[in-house]
Amino acid sequence: MATAPKFADVKVGDTLKPIVLPPISRHQLALYCGGSGDHNPIHVDIDFAKKFGFKDVFAHGMLSMAFLGRLVTSYVPQAQVRKIGTRFTSITWVGDVITVSGKVTGKREEGGQKLVDLEVKCTNQNGQDTLQGDATVALN
Amino acid sequence: MQLDKKLIGHSFKPFTTTVEAGKIRLFCKAIGEENPIYVDEAAAKAAGYRAIPAPPTYLTAVTNDDPDKGGLLRLLNVDIGLILHGEQHYEYLAPVHVGDKITCQQKVMDIYDKKGGALWFVVSETELKDQAGKPVAKAKGITVVRNPDAAKK
Repeated sequence: MATAPKFADVKVGDTLKPIVLPPISRHQLALYCGGSGDHNPIHVDIDFAKKFGFKDVFAHGMLSMAFLGRLVTSYVPQAQVRKIGTRFTSITWVGDVITVSGKVTGKREEGGQKLVDLEVKCTNQNGQDTLQGDATVALN
Repeated sequence: MQLDKKLIGHSFKPFTTTVEAGKIRLFCKAIGEENPIYVDEAAAKAAGYRAIPAPPTYLTAVTNDDPDKGGLLRLLNVDIGLILHGEQHYEYLAPVHVGDKITCQQKVMDIYDKKGGALWFVVSETELKDQAGKPVAKAKGITVVRNPDAAKK
């Protein structure tokens, strides 16, 4: 259970504790297909993926975005999450080992809320960013 | 292949879906989320939630629960094998919990191409409201469409 840091204690440049995910498996993509309701066969059916020019199935972008969500809710309780957004910058393949990391990029007060802006991203085992995102959380 | 920019502004038929505990449990298993608040109502209440909360990106499962699934691709006349997800942004306005009935309304905001039409980008926004009509979230997505004709040139 995340216990949120205090606004006054947070500094720009602070880092969030990274999460290293287990290698992406075909089984995980099947579970995410059902769990997310994204039934695009390109993520679970290798015949379909090859027909459209890919060497293999690949992970749903939204699966990796869920990892960003896990990082943010490990930093603050979910009720304090205001925004999460991302660009999907490269494909995540079966077997890839994704690390989710984040850091504080800004602090501001807006509409009576004390807001902290975060840069959050997913990076694969080769050091390549697969997701480049941002999030905003409200602190006390 | 060329997408029809006249579709900018198109609004899809709204639909309503109920947030279900079992589906959140499967979603959490898929993403490796082990916080008990997402599976155990007592743990959620102990943490201050009125019921099990939907994880932040579970909203994708809510918006995917459209009975007219695939409406955007049918509107664009695009094969599902040609799309990639370009961007996704969520703004959280109020918590979403198990038992909530969420109404989703999606609209096409922009359509443009890059690389001489090799890639097309479709920007859409979905407003999510709860059973009281209160906005709970906004979702903005960018779908990238790979032009199959570009590869043949």
